[in-house]
Amino acid sequence: MINMILNGLEISVEKGTTLLETANFYGIEIPTLCHDEGLSSYGACRLCLVEVGPPGRSWLVSSCTYPAREGLVVRTHTRRIARARRMLIELYLATCPSSKTIQDLACQFQVTAVRFRQRHDDCILCGLCVRMCDEQMQAKAIGLVDRGADRRVATPFDKKSEQCRLCGGCQYICPACQARCQGPQEENPICNACLNLAPPCLEEYEDAMCYMDPCVACELKGNN
Amino acid sequence: MRNLQAGLKSPADLELMRKRLKEARGRRENYLAVCGDTGCTVWGSNTIKDSLQDCLKRKGFLEKVDIKFTGCLGLCESGPVIIVFPQEIFYQKVKEADIEEIIDKTVLKGEVVERLLYEDPTSGQKYIYASDIPFYKNQVRVLLGNNWINDPNSIEDYIAIDGYKALGRALTEMSPAEVVEEIKISHLRGRGGAGFPTGRKWEECYKASSDHKYIICNADEGDPGAFMDRSLLEGNPHAVLEGLIIGGYAVGASEGIIYIRAEYPTAVDKLSLAINNAEKLGLLGENIMGSGFNFYVSISIGAGAFVCGETSALVSSIEGKVGEPRQKPPHLVERGLWNKPTVVNNVETLANVPYIILNGAGEFCRTGTKESRGTKIFSLVGKVNNTGLVEVPLGITLREIIFEIGGGIKDGGKFKAVQTGGPSGGCLPEMFLDSPVDFEELKAAGSMMGSGGMIVMDEETCMIDVARYFLRFLKDESCGKCFSCREGISRMLEIADSIARGTGSLEELELLKELGSAVKDSSMCGLGQSSANPVLSTIRYFEDEYKDHILENKCPAGVCRELISFDIDSVFCNTCGACIKNCPASAVCEDKEGQPVIIQEACSKCGTCLETCKHGAVLKR
Repeated sequence: MINMILNGLEISVEKGTTLLETANFYGIEIPTLCHDEGLSSYGACRLCLVEVGPPGRSWLVSSCTYPAREGLVVRTHTRRIARARRMLIELYLATCPSSKTIQDLACQFQVTAVRFRQRHDDCILCGLCVRMCDEQMQAKAIGLVDRGADRRVATPFDKKSEQCRLCGGCQYICPACQARCQGPQEENPICNACLNLAPPCLEEYEDAMCYMDPCVACELKGNN
Repeated sequence: MRNLQAGLKSPADLELMRKRLKEARGRRENYLAVCGDTGCTVWGSNTIKDSLQDCLKRKGFLEKVDIKFTGCLGLCESGPVIIVFPQEIFYQKVKEADIEEIIDKTVLKGEVVERLLYEDPTSGQKYIYASDIPFYKNQVRVLLGNNWINDPNSIEDYIAIDGYKALGRALTEMSPAEVVEEIKISHLRGRGGAGFPTGRKWEECYKASSDHKYIICNADEGDPGAFMDRSLLEGNPHAVLEGLIIGGYAVGASEGIIYIRAEYPTAVDKLSLAINNAEKLGLLGENIMGSGFNFYVSISIGAGAFVCGETSALVSSIEGKVGEPRQKPPHLVERGLWNKPTVVNNVETLANVPYIILNGAGEFCRTGTKESRGTKIFSLVGKVNNTGLVEVPLGITLREIIFEIGGGIKDGGKFKAVQTGGPSGGCLPEMFLDSPVDFEELKAAGSMMGSGGMIVMDEETCMIDVARYFLRFLKDESCGKCFSCREGISRMLEIADSIARGTGSLEELELLKELGSAVKDSSMCGLGQSSANPVLSTIRYFEDEYKDHILENKCPAGVCRELISFDIDSVFCNTCGACIKNCPASAVCEDKEGQPVIIQEACSKCGTCLETCKHGAVLKR
C-alpha cells in the first residue's frame, strides 16, 4: 500500500493506482474528457488537473496519468486548478460548442462567456476513439495524424480502412458526437440551457445535501 | 603505428601512443587552422583550404606545415577564419587571392598581413593575435578551445591533447560510484535547458537495478538561432563520445545512443567516423582498454520534430513510435528506453564530463557561481557586431557578453532586449544587462537558460513580432497531444496577431495574460509549460509597446505591416524614379508634376522603396 495525503486526508491506496482513481475512490469528483475506465490513460484533455507537492512548490499534473506515490501531497480543488480548468473549458467551448458534454462542463464550472473567436470544429482530439479502436475493438483502423495545429484523427494515408468493421465504437465513445445537443446558434457559443444540472445544494435546502469535502460546486463558487 | 592495428589493451598503451603523437606533433608545430564549420564553409573555407594545400605543395612546404580543417573557431561573423600557429595570428574574411601572401609572409617569415587582421567595430583597433581580440579575450573556452588545435576527423589529434585520458582514469582508478560522486561534487548541471544536476541524475540510474541500462546523448538541438551542440559535435566529437562512455561506466549502462537530428548531416558523418575510429582503437566495444567494461554506441537519427528534444518524446522516437511526450513520473530512470533505466544528457553536458574527471571537480567549480558552476556556450546572434559561438563562465553579466564579447549593437543601434532560452525562454530588457547569467537568475527574470541561444535585439525590433514569431514556431512544433498546448498556443497567436494588426483591445491583452498562465500551468511537457514565456515576458517588460499597438494603432519599431505606412518627402526627392522602378506592387506612381507618390491602397509595405532610395526621401511612419 502507498500512503499519501489527499486534500489534507491521510489515505492509503494500492500500488499502481492513479491519482484520478484514488480521488474517485474517496468520492472526490474530477472532470475528464479523454478518460475512460476501460481504456489506457492518455492525459490529453488536461481537465483532470490536480495540484501535487507541498504548497508553494506545487505543480499541476493530469491525475489520470499520475501514479500514486509514497508521501505525495495532492490537492484536487484549489484556486489554481479552478482557474486553469475554467480557461480550458472556455477554450473547449470556443472550439467545439456543439458537444453536450462540453456544454455540461461549462454549466458545472460556471463558464458563462467565451472571449475567443468562435470556431466550430467537430473534434477535440481527445484520442478516445483511437484507443477504443485499438484496445477494445482490436482493429487499429484509425490513428492520430500530423502534429500541432494540424493534428487530426484519420485512417492510414486517408484511405478507406480494411481493418474497420464499422462497429461504431469510435462514435459511441466520442464526447463530441455521442451526446450532441442542439447546441447554441452559430453566433452564440453558449446556450446555458442545462444550467439546472448542477445546482449548489445550499441554495435550495437548509442543510447541505452532500457531505463531500470539498464540494466541487461550493468550492468553485467560493473561488469566484 | 603498432597500437593502431592491435587496439589499446590498457591505459598504459594509450599513454604510449599519446607520447608518440605528441613527439610527432612537436616536430610540426607550424600549422594553419582553417575553420570548417558551417558559417565559414558558406563563406568559402572549403576552397580556401584546398588552395592553401595547393599553394604549400607548389612551394614544397607540405611536409613542414600542417593544415587543420577544424570545427567552429567562434567568430562566425568574420568568416572564413584562419589562425596561423604557433603565433596564433588571426586572419578574418580571407579570400582565395590572399592565400599566397599568407603563406609567403606569415607562414614562412612570420610577418603579418595587415589588411586581413580583425578590426574592432567600435574602437577601430586592429588585433594581430587571436587571444588579444576582445571577443576571445573575455571568454573561457574550456570546451571550444580545443577546436583550434583539433581536427575533428582525427582521433590521433584528440588523443594528443589528452583525449581519452579521463576515460582511462575513470576505468582503472575509479569505481562507478566514485565517478558519480565526482560529478556530484562538481555541481555540473544539465546544459540542455532545465539545469537538473547531472550527478543526481546519474546517481538515480546507478542505484536502479536492472540487467540493462541505457545512456542517451540528446543532440536534437532545435532552438531557432542556436547551434552550440552542432558545433561541439562537428568540432570535437570525441569529447562528447568520451563523456558518453564515462557516463555509461558511471551509471552501469552497456549501450549508449546518440539521438541527433537529421538536419545535422555533417555532425552525423563526423560522429560516425569518431565512433568507428574509437572502436578500432579499442576505446569502444568489448573490454575497453582491458578494464572489463563493455560499451557500445549507436546513432539514432531524428525526423525533424522539435518536441523530440523532450526526453520522453525522444525515447518514444528511438523506439520507433510517434515522438510525443508522456507525463512523468514514471521517470526515465524507472521506465525509459524499452522500459529499462535510462539517462538522457545533453551534448554539452557530456562534453564537460572528461574535463571534470581529468582536472577534478574542484577545478571545474572554480568557474561559475554558487549554484551554476563551470562554463556555458552561447550562440550569440541577432543585432550584435560579433555573432558567433561564445563560451563564458556562468555568472558573467549579459552586458559583458553583448557589449564586450559581442562588440555592441550592430550599426550603432540601441540595445532593446535579449532573448535567451529559445522558444521557451523570454525577452529581457535593459534593466537585466547587469544581472549575472545563471540558471536561477534567468528563471527569476521570466526567461530561462535554455540550451544557450542568445538573440540580441535593437530598437528596430517589435516585441509583439518577436512573440508572434516564437508562437508560430511552437504552433508548428507542438506535438498536439495535450489540448492546452495545442489550442492554447493557437489562441495566443490569434490574439497576438490581432494586436499586431491594430485590432486588439485591452481586454484581449488581459485575456492573453490569463491564457498564458493557464497554458503554463496545465500543459503536460516542458514545451507546453514554457510556450507562454515569449508572450508573458514581452508583456511583462514591454507592456507599453503592446498598448501602443492597441490604443494608438502604432508600432513603435515600425515592423508590424498593418500599422506602418510609407510616404515620399518631396523636399528630398530628386525624382530619380528608383522607387517606381523597384516597387514590386507597382504602388509608386508619378503625379502631374512628375513627383513619385505612394498609393497606400496598393502598397504591400515591403519597404523596397525605402531601401532603394538613395536620397532619404522615403519615410516610414
